[in-house]
Amino acid sequence: MSMAGYETIIGLEVHCELKTATKLFCGCRNQFGDEPNTNVCPVCVGLPGSLPVLNEKAVEFAIRIGLALECEVKWSNFHRKNYFYPDMPKDFQISQYDLPLNEHGRIELPDGSVVGITRAHMEEDTGKSTHLGGSGRIHGADASLIDYNRSGVPLVEIVSEPDMRSGVQARAYVAELRAILVAVGATDGRMEEGSMRVDANVSVRKPGDPFGKRCEIKNLNSLRSLQRAIEYEALRQVDCIEAGERIVQETRHWDEAAGRTGSMRSKEEANDYRYFPEPDLVPLAPSVEWIAEIRRGLPALPKARRQALVQLLGSDDQATLDLVATVVDRDLDALVVEATAAGAPAQLALTRAANELNAEGVLPSAASFAATCQLEASGALSATQAKTVLAALIEEPDADPKDLAAKLGFEQLSDDTLSTAVAEVIQANDDEWTRFAGGDDKLAQFFIGKVMAATKGKANGKAVISLLNERRAAAAS
Amino acid sequence: MTTAHELAAQVRSGQISASEALEHSFAAIDARDHELHAFLYLDHDGARKAAKAVDAVVAAGGDPGPLAGVPIGIKDNLAMRGVPTTCGSKILDGWKPPYTATVVERLVAAGAVPVGKTNLDEFAMGSSTENSAFGPSRNPHDVTKVPGGSSGGSAVAVAAGFVPVALGSDTGGSIRQPAAFCGLVGYKPSYGHVSRYGLVAFSSSLDQVGPFTTTVADAALVTQVIGGHDPADSTSMPDAYEDLVAACGRGVKGLKVGLCRDLLDGADAEIVERVRLAASVLEAAGAEIVDLAIPELRLGLSAYYLIAPAEASSNLARYDGVRFGLRVEREDVAAMNVATRTAGFGPEVKRRIMLGTYALSAGYYDAYYGQAQKTRRLITNALDAAYTKVDVLLGATTPTTAFGFGDKVADPMSMYLSDLFTIPTNLAGHGAMSVPFGNSAAGMPIGVQILSPGRRDDRLFQVGAVLEAGVAK
Amino acid sequence: MSDPSPLTKQEVVHVAGLARLELSEDEVETFTAQLGSVLSHAADISSLDLEGLVPMAHPFDLENILRSDVPTASLDRDELLAAAPSVEAGRFKVGRILGEAP
Ligand SMILES: [Zn+2]
Repeated sequence: MSMAGYETIIGLEVHCELKTATKLFCGCRNQFGDEPNTNVCPVCVGLPGSLPVLNEKAVEFAIRIGLALECEVKWSNFHRKNYFYPDMPKDFQISQYDLPLNEHGRIELPDGSVVGITRAHMEEDTGKSTHLGGSGRIHGADASLIDYNRSGVPLVEIVSEPDMRSGVQARAYVAELRAILVAVGATDGRMEEGSMRVDANVSVRKPGDPFGKRCEIKNLNSLRSLQRAIEYEALRQVDCIEAGERIVQETRHWDEAAGRTGSMRSKEEANDYRYFPEPDLVPLAPSVEWIAEIRRGLPALPKARRQALVQLLGSDDQATLDLVATVVDRDLDALVVEATAAGAPAQLALTRAANELNAEGVLPSAASFAATCQLEASGALSATQAKTVLAALIEEPDADPKDLAAKLGFEQLSDDTLSTAVAEVIQANDDEWTRFAGGDDKLAQFFIGKVMAATKGKANGKAVISLLNERRAAAAS
Repeated sequence: MTTAHELAAQVRSGQISASEALEHSFAAIDARDHELHAFLYLDHDGARKAAKAVDAVVAAGGDPGPLAGVPIGIKDNLAMRGVPTTCGSKILDGWKPPYTATVVERLVAAGAVPVGKTNLDEFAMGSSTENSAFGPSRNPHDVTKVPGGSSGGSAVAVAAGFVPVALGSDTGGSIRQPAAFCGLVGYKPSYGHVSRYGLVAFSSSLDQVGPFTTTVADAALVTQVIGGHDPADSTSMPDAYEDLVAACGRGVKGLKVGLCRDLLDGADAEIVERVRLAASVLEAAGAEIVDLAIPELRLGLSAYYLIAPAEASSNLARYDGVRFGLRVEREDVAAMNVATRTAGFGPEVKRRIMLGTYALSAGYYDAYYGQAQKTRRLITNALDAAYTKVDVLLGATTPTTAFGFGDKVADPMSMYLSDLFTIPTNLAGHGAMSVPFGNSAAGMPIGVQILSPGRRDDRLFQVGAVLEAGVAK
Repeated sequence: MSDPSPLTKQEVVHVAGLARLELSEDEVETFTAQLGSVLSHAADISSLDLEGLVPMAHPFDLENILRSDVPTASLDRDELLAAAPSVEAGRFKVGRILGEAP
């Protein structure tokens, strides 16, 4: 399989569950993982006579999302999307159709490319089916059990323009979108738990040709499967076309284990959702004042935070940009900025934050983090020791890094002790020393290792190298 | 018969207990309901408990509320927790809701005693109760005649003297038409005045709950109890309303009454005659009568029979055999949905679901549903224009008096045409009232209809009270 | 707006499918005639020129009816499930589902 001069056209639909306390149209708890059918009421089970009332917080989150995606936030209303499905209790979904809340936005990805946002609208989630028999999959199951705890959970669906051209770019888009949604506090963005769900529309064409027929891929549960599925699907379509077949517009299911997409069984009747304005709800017309207030409350977004870090570092080489992206993605940029202000070298703080810390766990205070970086920069701690101290700080966030280093036995060796250790190692490894002295630099690591072993890891690698170099220079003269 | 006003006063003063009043109701029902079939279900235990609670409050020197001890019939499309709620349909046979409609909660909080659930056309779709899956109700004035519908059971329950008050729902005339057929006051409040929470939806943008009573003042009293803002209904008006009970005594001096040709043309001659007589009663009481035409009202029927079925087709999708009600088991879920709905819905409901599904389906939306919604605007604009000239409109409630069983079953269109005069009010979301105003030569009641601009329902009570007094003379 | 074409039996069958109803041959006949008669009555509005009128979805121009994000009590699960045709393990039970949700 090869792309044979074709380009891939990708548009994504991302559903994200909002982090409200209650559901979109009723006061039931919006909570993942509770006992089945314990967060339910007449509204979200679709009992006759029940009526929806819109959750203000959900609207606020949806507007935050719209503003963060640079959308126009507009007068909107709700429609009914009519279709029968057992996890959809009213047999219609309340969604937004021709008048969505947010339209015409954009996201700039870390690589500078821009993806247009068609719309970001509000809708309700469905219940969840568990399939009995047939190995838990819908196909081959004998029966299904339905839990309506998730029914009515607020969603925002973010629809992109077909602006992406590769699986890698689509992955970067979802990562950036996720970071934005998490930053504005609207969602926890957990793809594995389904709080963020991605469907991909993929087509291929020869550059300059009109768009080809597209397939919609479902069941993309991670960034990795998103990228793999798109790459697989593009190749499949090219193969089809090259073999003289037509692409059928259809929905396809990504099989992660098999690494391929497969056609989903099509339903017996064509979809005709018979959208019409939801008569039980009134239009949503956020005031200019409300929108302005929400805008004022928006936190700094990932892009701005990355720019701030790059400015602080004064460097924008690719390695730094990658570290910056990691640090912002993990919400560690504030710590780096504070530690730098407290005296830590910025580049070192960035590297250590990106590689040693995780915002999900406990973080050291900016002061302790800065102090550890300073100890390392001064040579008082080796890189390995500094990493160990950071790990210990996570266990004991209130401890002083100096005390921790001491407790770990990382007190600095005196110059004499180190000198002696180096001399002894050189003496014991005559052949290697002759080769090193003769210019074989690769042996530096050998000597560092030996000295480390002799000093039980307390030696500073940089100090050992400078001693080795001193002695080599002396030997040569 | 004792009115709700009178009975509540007697109960509050200890003249009669709520329990005694309730047993009188049950006795009357026992005596005649096997013939009339007003009720689908009698909640003996629940009602007796509610009556006892009222009596306990009175005994303790407290005030049980403005409807103290008043037995009330509840149309069987209003949810009552633990009480069967069928909507007159096999598809909901035996369903007991786990919650109670706001209007019923408010009635009980005001001391009223719901005695049971009254018969209706299936899902409130019909004008005669002949579409009830559990058999029709009969008109107490002539048991060979229909009581009207869809709230026919509620009308019969009050007209037969079983209860002084019953609740109905009005989507295209379902309170006013049976009120006219049975000689009662029937009031459809302005849309948003009364909560729809717990009213099983037929057409959400048209449905409104209202009372059947024997007097205009009772209708005001009951509406003050059930009406007002409900945060559980997004279409419930947050603003306060005029005092309707007070409006009953305000008279009509200086009020401009539009005698509307398009609410009369096509009605039986003796009905037209009664409406003209009503106008003269109002004139004599100081109102100014203005003849006017609003030809747009004629378009209401077509708009209504597209909008209401469209909304109904979606509202009735949830009867799918999954969560409640009937299930006809089949191999897979989709086949089960089809079998359940095919067995559970009667022909009229199917007809309207089909009509509404068609009107919303791809390729037809603009021609039917979209056009109907624009027509709805046209009619509302025409009414608004009329109300710049007059304060209320007067016309017939129905083109005929109560018809016989089977007369209109074969031709749905002829049945739909009997809603001609009541539909425009629902489309505009305004209030309207049918007031009994004499009988036909054959002895069947005739109703006169009063229409008011939206949220000015107080004028209906001004006019209704004067007509009520006028006909008694 | 021009008159839509008359209703056909095929359309009636298609619409019944969308509405999840099964019609006998007789019912298809009757419904085609009856619905056709309602639709031809509706010709009085389909022929109107209503250009410029805003479609009316609601009687009154209410906007922004919102509730605060405060949890309320859930229904009692046993009471809810008691009304269900079939139940297993605290969930509503249905037969085989053919096809994924759209
Ligand atoms: Zn709920």
